[in-house]
Amino acid sequence: MTAGERRLLIQRVAFSTLGLATALTVLPIILIVGVIAWKGMPALAPSFLFEAPRDGLRAGGIWPALVGTVYLTVGTGLIAVPVGLAAAIYLSEYARETFFTRAIRIAIINLAGIPSVVYGLFGLALFVLFLKLGTSIVAASLTLSIMTLPVIISTAEEALRAVPQSFRLVSQGMGGTKWQTIRRIVLPQALPGILTGVILGLERAAGETAPILFTGAALFLPQLPRSIFDETMALPYHLFVISTQVPGMPVKVQFGTALVLLVFVLSMNVLATFIRSYHRRRRQW
Amino acid sequence: MVIAPGSASAPALEPKIEIENLRVCYGAEPPALDGITLTVPARQITVFFGPAGGGKSTLLRTINRLNDLVDGARTEGRVRLDGEDILGPEVDITRLRRRIGIVFALPVPLPMSIRRNLWYGLELAGERSRRVLDEAMEKALSAAALWDEVKDRLDEPAIALSGGQQQRLCLARVLALEPEVIMLDEPSSGLDPISTAKVEASLQELKQQYTVIIVPSSVQQASRLADWAGFFLQGELVEWASGRELFLAPKDRRTEDYLTGRFG
Ligand SMILES: Nc1ncnc2c1ncn2[C@@H]1O[C@H](COP(=O)(O)OP(=O)(O)OP(=O)(O)O)[C@@H](O)[C@H]1O
Ligand SMILES: [Mg+2]
Repeated sequence: MTAGERRLLIQRVAFSTLGLATALTVLPIILIVGVIAWKGMPALAPSFLFEAPRDGLRAGGIWPALVGTVYLTVGTGLIAVPVGLAAAIYLSEYARETFFTRAIRIAIINLAGIPSVVYGLFGLALFVLFLKLGTSIVAASLTLSIMTLPVIISTAEEALRAVPQSFRLVSQGMGGTKWQTIRRIVLPQALPGILTGVILGLERAAGETAPILFTGAALFLPQLPRSIFDETMALPYHLFVISTQVPGMPVKVQFGTALVLLVFVLSMNVLATFIRSYHRRRRQW
Repeated sequence: MVIAPGSASAPALEPKIEIENLRVCYGAEPPALDGITLTVPARQITVFFGPAGGGKSTLLRTINRLNDLVDGARTEGRVRLDGEDILGPEVDITRLRRRIGIVFALPVPLPMSIRRNLWYGLELAGERSRRVLDEAMEKALSAAALWDEVKDRLDEPAIALSGGQQQRLCLARVLALEPEVIMLDEPSSGLDPISTAKVEASLQELKQQYTVIIVPSSVQQASRLADWAGFFLQGELVEWASGRELFLAPKDRRTEDYLTGRFG
């Protein structure tokens, strides 16, 4: 075997290994999505989507849970995005690098590692009991926000820091204030990265059960919540209940619910991609 | 208000920027500039030159307060623009930076179209009229000798321009603000001779109206352009004189060594 053939062989082996590794990560995703779609599809009828559950959750649909999850996700977004973005802008653009800011950053990273049930208990203690918000959409959204903030802050800060320093220098060198520079140059440049963080965070919020368990999720509420101080059903909790707590549950209802949750989360991804590309086309030229 | 120590032949020049005993330090290092005293005359080309690390860029950044953005930079002494102190805490820095524009060594087109790059400074200052913005744009691009090359592609990304065009774009972007002083830090470091000639030609034009300060990319460029010149060596202003005097008959041995390439 010549040296050239040897190199070619090594290259082939390397490529195959890398390809196999990729397949091994992609395969489970395809399987999960495939199985859920396969088993859940038969449940998907308009009545399943737009009706409340009946007969001890065994029949009817998931409408209150679907709407509840939309409320919770929007509520979480309304709280966590402005707060998270403000914190990221402060950390990246205004705060000087000190022991204090380093400590904050480490705290944020560690917050991301806390189990979600702990957030649930924290939300129960702070929002439900101490602030007397009761088990409600606000309390649950606030709890989910606390859980989501670390992701949003750290990805947004990273995206802001990735904007070249020279842009800031040019803008301020032409008489731009710091805020003008952030708003006109830094934020638009960082937007794709920020959006990715926001979506990652909100997707997690939409799919979590533990944080809303004690703070606002209801087992069964046939009508939709009337105010942000009402409890609400939510898809992940509903899925948990019908998968573990209800004997004789039809399998297609379980998988149908899972499929709807999956599609909801995926559509957030699609929306983010759409906003990103629209923004890119509009912003640059 | 000494403009050129020891030069009696100088015509009466209007002082634009007066620097007195300026000292700039970064952190605990020895001062990047120390004991700098000179007066930049209005509507002339002033050249600051010397070997790397001499403090030339620091001086430019100090004059329009961009060094405020550098962590740990400390400034002592006095700098006056038209007789008014510009180092004090109550100076309107935004306005100052509009009056003293700076073009950096590496051209940095902002991530937007050519047109928006040109509008940018005026928009920051609150200009909203498209007509005013477009007029300023055309005027500035012409002054920077770039108009003919870009007039048909104004809405294309500025990043798509060649290096030399980008450099002139950055000059035009500053000119659009109609500053009183234009400072250029090695404006032709990445330029071919033709682009360099174009930039230099526009500088000669510009000095009719503006005060120009330039850190040249070479001694040749320094001697071509300088009405007034300062030689900087390790934070010290070794010699300051009219361009003719300094390049033809330097008084200080170190200047002469540098000019003749006998250095180190
Ligand atoms: N942002 C900064 N932080 C710390 N030190 C700096 C900074 N900028 C410059 N210095 C230091 O100040 C001194 C002068 O640097 P400056 O960039 O002003 O020199 P220069 O004459 O422009 O050099 P060059 O010809 O290489 O551009 C150098 O010793 C440099 O290390
Ligand atoms: Mg320099």
